[in-house]
Amino acid sequence: MVQQLTSGERQNALVILLCVFVAGLAMAAAGGSDPLGIHGVIVMLFGAGLGALVMRSYYDRQPDPDRLSHYYDDPIKAGVALTLAWAIFGMFMGVWTAAQLAWPDLAFDAGWSTFGRLRPTHTTGVIFGFGGNALIATSFHVVQRTSRARLAGQVSPWFVLLGFNLFCILAVTGYFMGVTQSKEYAEAEWYADLWLVVVWVTYFVLFLRTLARRKEPHIYVANWYYMAFIVVVAILHIVNNLAIPVSFGQAKSYTIWAGVQDSMVQWWYGHNAVAFFLTAGFLAMLYYYLPVRAQRPIFSYRLSILSFWGITFFYMWAGSHHLHYTALPHWVQNLGMTFSVMLLVPSWASAGNALLTLNGAWHRVRDDATLRFIFVAVVFYGLSTFEGSFLAIRPVNSLSHYTDWTVGHVHAGALGWVAFITFGSIYTLVPSLWKRERMYSPALVEVHFWLAVAGTLIYVFSMWNSGILQGLMWRTYTQEGTLAYSFLDSLVAMYPYYIARTFGGLLFLLGAIVAAYNIWMTVRAVPATADRRADVPDTGLAPGAAVTPAE
Amino acid sequence: MDIDHDTLVGFAKSWGLFYLIAMFIGVVVYAFWPANRKKFDDAKRNILDEDDRPWQ
Repeated sequence: MVQQLTSGERQNALVILLCVFVAGLAMAAAGGSDPLGIHGVIVMLFGAGLGALVMRSYYDRQPDPDRLSHYYDDPIKAGVALTLAWAIFGMFMGVWTAAQLAWPDLAFDAGWSTFGRLRPTHTTGVIFGFGGNALIATSFHVVQRTSRARLAGQVSPWFVLLGFNLFCILAVTGYFMGVTQSKEYAEAEWYADLWLVVVWVTYFVLFLRTLARRKEPHIYVANWYYMAFIVVVAILHIVNNLAIPVSFGQAKSYTIWAGVQDSMVQWWYGHNAVAFFLTAGFLAMLYYYLPVRAQRPIFSYRLSILSFWGITFFYMWAGSHHLHYTALPHWVQNLGMTFSVMLLVPSWASAGNALLTLNGAWHRVRDDATLRFIFVAVVFYGLSTFEGSFLAIRPVNSLSHYTDWTVGHVHAGALGWVAFITFGSIYTLVPSLWKRERMYSPALVEVHFWLAVAGTLIYVFSMWNSGILQGLMWRTYTQEGTLAYSFLDSLVAMYPYYIARTFGGLLFLLGAIVAAYNIWMTVRAVPATADRRADVPDTGLAPGAAVTPAE
Repeated sequence: MDIDHDTLVGFAKSWGLFYLIAMFIGVVVYAFWPANRKKFDDAKRNILDEDDRPWQ
C-alpha cells in the first residue's frame, strides 16, 4: 500500500497524520475526562498507528513510474475489507439489539450496553460503516473504469477512505460512552461532524478531478448518481448538524434549530440520507455492476437519465412525511406526502430498467448467484419504494407510524435492496480487482445468497405482522369508547415476532460472515488469472480440500 | 419582510412550479435530443469493454 507512494507522497501522508495526531492531542488536552478527551486519545492512536505504518515502509523502494498507467486499486481493496469488517460489526450489533427487545436481560445491567446506546452503533455501523465504505470503494472503482482515467490523487483517496472510517470510529465509540446529539442517523457530535466535512469535501474534489481527467466523452450515468450522493450528503450533513458546543472542552452540543423547525430539518436530512446515501449511491452500483455482470448494456440509457433527475428532485421534498400528525403545518405534511407518492414513478422506472436489462438473460440469473443478488436487490428496491410511497400517505401512516411496520419497511430496503446490491457488486468486483479467475467458492456465494434471502424474508414478514398487529391494537376501542388494549398487551403480543426477527437477522449476519470468509480466501488462495489453475473439476465440496493452488 | 404561509405558497406556486416544469422539459429534451442518441448508445456499451487500463 505505502509502496505505491513516492517519497514525496509518503511525506505528505506523514504530515497529514501528524496534523491528525496534534488535533487528537488538543482534543485530549481540552477534553480531560470528558468523552471528548477519550476521543482525543482515540484520534491520537489512529494518527500514530497509521503514521507507524507509513514510517515502516518509508525507505522502501520507490514505486514504478509505470504505476500511473494503471488504475489505482489499493484504496479500493482496503475499502472492500473495511466494508466487510463493518458489515459483521454492524449486523452483529443489530442481532444483539434485536435480541434485547425479546430478552431485555441481554443488556447485562451495564450502562454502555443499554438498548439506547447500542441501537445507534447498529445503525451507524451498517449505514455508514458498511454502506459508506462500500460506496466509497465502488465509487473509486466505477469512476476510474467508466472514465478510463486513474484517480486524480495518490494520498487523497486514502485520506477519504481512512478519514471516513475515523469518523465512524468516533461515532460508534461515542455512543457506548453515551455521546449523542439525539438526531437519528446523525448522532455523532460536533467535532466528528466537522471532521466529516473535511473528509467529504476532499471526496467531492477528488471525484470531480477524476471526472475531469476522463477519456470517455460522456460521463456514464452511474457517476451522476455517485455525484448526487456526494453533493447532497454534504449539504444535508452540514445543515442538519449546525450546532453550538457547550464549550470546546466538551463533547455535548446543542443544535441551532428549535422546535418544529428542528424536526423538519432532521427529517429533511433523515429522508434524504435514505435517498442519497442509501438509494442514489447504490443505484450507481446497480447501473454499473448489473450491466457488467449480466454482460448486457442497460435496457434504456434515456430512462436512466430521466429517473435520475426524477429521483434527485422529488426526494428533496419527501422528508416531511416522517412528521404526519405532528405540530408541523398541515400543508408541509401534504407536500411531503405528494412528493413521496410521485417518487414511485422514477423509482419504478429504475427498477423496471434494471429488470428489462435482465430480460433475456434469465438463465444467467438462475445459474449465477451473484447476478441473483443483484436481481433480488432490484425486486426489493421496487417493493420497498412502493411500500414507502404507500406508508407516506397520511391515513396509512396513522396505522403504521411508531410501529414495527416502519422497522420492517426500513429493513426491506436496507437488507433486501442495499445489502443485496452491495454483496452483488462486491462479488463482481473482488475477482476483477484482485485479478482472480473467480471467487474461491461459488458454493459459498450460493450459501450466502440463500441465508440472506431467508433472513430478509423472515425479518420483513415478522415485522409486517407485528407492526400491523401493534397498530391495530393501539387503535381498537371498546363499545364504551376506551382503548381495548393496554400498551403492555401490545408488547406481549410482539414477543414471538421479536424472536423471529432476531433469527432472521442472525441468518443475514451468518451470510455476511460467509461472504467475508469467501472473499478472504479468494484473495489468499485463488491463483491470479495470469498463472492459470490446473484444470480440476469443481467438486463443490467444503473449502480447504477443494482448492489447492496447483504448483 | 414577514415570511408567512401565503408568501411561501405564492413562491411555491409561481417560481417553484416554473423551475420544476422547466427542469422537466430540459431533462426530457436532453434525453431525447436526436444528436445525443449515439453518445448514449456508446456510453452504455463502452462500459462492457474488457479493457483494464486507463486510456493515455
